[in-house]
Amino acid sequence: MKRLRGRMKYALVWFSAAVLALFVLLAVIAPLIVPHDPNAQNLLTRLKPPVWLHGAKAGFLLGTDNLGRDIFSRIVYGSRVSMTVGILAVCLSGAIGTLIGLLSGFYNAVDQVMMRIADIQLAFPTILLALAIVAVVGGGMNNLILVLGVTGWVPYARVVRSEVMSIRTSDFVVAAQTIGVTETRLLFRHILPNIVAPIITIATFQVASAIIAESSLSFLGLGVPVNVPSWGNMLSEGQLYLGTAWWISVFPGICIMLVVLAINILGDAVRDYMDPKTRLG
Amino acid sequence: MGGNLLEVRNLHKQFPIRAGLLRRTIGHVNAVNDVSFTLGTGETLGIVGESGCGKSTLGRMIMRVTDPTGGTIMFDGESLSELHGAKLRHARRKFQMVFQDPYASLNPKMRVEHILAEPLLVNGVMDREQARERAVRLLQRVGLRESDRLRFPHQFSGGQRQRIGIARALALSPKLIVADEAVSALDVSIQSQILNLMLDLKKEYGLSYIFISHNLAVVRHISDRVGVMYLGHLVELADKDSLYQNPLHPYTRALLSSAPVAKRGVQRDRIVLQGDVPNPANPPGGCPFHTRCPQAMDACRTVKPALRQLEPGHAVACHLY
Repeated sequence: MKRLRGRMKYALVWFSAAVLALFVLLAVIAPLIVPHDPNAQNLLTRLKPPVWLHGAKAGFLLGTDNLGRDIFSRIVYGSRVSMTVGILAVCLSGAIGTLIGLLSGFYNAVDQVMMRIADIQLAFPTILLALAIVAVVGGGMNNLILVLGVTGWVPYARVVRSEVMSIRTSDFVVAAQTIGVTETRLLFRHILPNIVAPIITIATFQVASAIIAESSLSFLGLGVPVNVPSWGNMLSEGQLYLGTAWWISVFPGICIMLVVLAINILGDAVRDYMDPKTRLG
Repeated sequence: MGGNLLEVRNLHKQFPIRAGLLRRTIGHVNAVNDVSFTLGTGETLGIVGESGCGKSTLGRMIMRVTDPTGGTIMFDGESLSELHGAKLRHARRKFQMVFQDPYASLNPKMRVEHILAEPLLVNGVMDREQARERAVRLLQRVGLRESDRLRFPHQFSGGQRQRIGIARALALSPKLIVADEAVSALDVSIQSQILNLMLDLKKEYGLSYIFISHNLAVVRHISDRVGVMYLGHLVELADKDSLYQNPLHPYTRALLSSAPVAKRGVQRDRIVLQGDVPNPANPPGGCPFHTRCPQAMDACRTVKPALRQLEPGHAVACHLY
C-alpha cells in the first residue's frame, strides 16, 4: 500500500512536470499552432460554444468570446503573459522577501526597521499599492512583474524572519559560529537550507495570486495592453457572460488551475527532495 | 601539565529581564557571578552544579558564544574577551565545543563529510581535497567508518552523532574543548564509550577539557580538578580526589551526599537541603547559600565569602574555614 502510494506520488510529480512543460511549450511556439489571430474579431461568430456542443462553429475548438475571438488561440497566447508574470513575479518577491526575512531574523536593528515597513505595506491593499506604482512607472509586462515582485515580499519576510529567529539559537547554528564561519555563510549555508520548506509553500500559492493580480491590473488598464490576451483578463471579461457563454472564462480558469496545481505538486516534490530525511527515507 | 592555558578572572554575566509594553529592563538575572579559575595545558576541569546554576552560561562565555558583562578571559596569552569580528573568528580554531544534544548540534541538511570538512575550509586551513581526506581520518579516529562520510546526521544513532560532534570539534586541532553536558543525552552504556573516547583523544592530542555536567560520577571519571557552582558562584574548586573525599563547602557536601552509591550496606548520612534555590534575579545578600545552609552563621547573611585557598589544590568560598 505504501509502495503504491509512493508510485502514485511519483507519477503525479511527472504528470505535473509534463503539464507545466506543455504550457511552456505552448507559450513558446504560440504563433505556429494557433488557428486564428487571437485578436481577430468577427461579430458573426460571436459567443459560439466549444465544438462538442450544439451550435458550435467548426474551427473554433473552445468556442468564441463576445467579440467573436477564438478562445483557444487566446488561451495559447495568454499563457505567455500569465505564466511569465506569475512565475517571474513570484521569483522576484520570493528573493526580496527571503533576503529581508533572513536579515530581519538575524539582526535586530534591521528587524525593527523592516517589520515597521512591512506593517505599513500590509495596511495598504496590495492592489492599491501596485496601482499607485504602475501609475507612476507606467504599464507594460516588465513593469507589471516588477510591481508585483516588489509588493509581494511581506509574507515571505514574515515567515522567514520567524523561522530564522527560532533556528538561530539552535545548537548547530551555535556550532557553526564556534568553528568560525562568517555571518553571511551562516545565514545562507546553515540557516537558509533549513527553512526552504515554508518558502516553497508560500511561493506556490503566490503564483496563483500573481496571475490573478495581473488580470486585475490589466482590467483597470494598468497592466499589459488590452490587445495582448492573458488568462486573467479573459477571466474577467468572461464574467459578464458566465450564465450564457461559460466557456469564455471557464477555460482560462482551468488553465490557471492546472498551472497552479502543477507548480504546487512540483513545489512539494522539491521540498521533499531538499530534505534528506524524505529523500532517502 | 604546562602553564596556564586559560585564565578566567571575575567573570560576570547578567541577563536583563524585560517586561511591559516598552520592554523596559526591570532587573537582571545574575547567571554567572564573579567566577575566577585557571586551567592548565592538558588538564580537565569538571564543572558541576544543579540546573540553572550558570555552568552552561560559563561554558558559552568561554566559547565566546555569549558575551560576558564583566571580567576577563585570557586564553593562550590572548585576551579573549576583547576579541571581535575577524580576529575572534581566527582565534576560535583553538577552542572548540561539544554540545549536549547530538540531535540538535549537527546541521540536518549537511552530509557528515561536509560537517567535518567545513571548519577546515572556512578557516582556509586546507583545500577541498585535503579537507575531505582529513574528514575521513577524523571519522575513523572517533570510531566511525569511512563509508559513513556521505550519510546525513539523521541516519546515525545518538552516540554516533556525538562522535561526529567530537570529530568536528577536533577538526581544527584545538587546544581546549568545552564539553557542555556532552554525555547527558546518551544511554549509560554509550556514555562510558564517549567518555573513554574523550580521554583517549586528550592523551593523543594533548587537549584540555572543560567538562560541564550535573552528573557527579561522570565528572569524577574524567576530571583532574572539579569546580562546584551554586547560583552563579564558584563555591569550591579542588583536585578531584580532594573534593570527592573531603568536601568542605556545605553545598558540596549536600551535593555529594545526594549521589547514589552502588554498594550494599554502605551507610550514608544524607544531607537534605531545605527550601529551594533562591531566585537568581533577587539573590540573597552575603553568601549565596546561607538561606539553605545548615551551618549558616551571622556573618554568612551579610558578608559574601571569597574563594580562598585552604590547602594546596583546594579552594572554598565559605566562612566556616
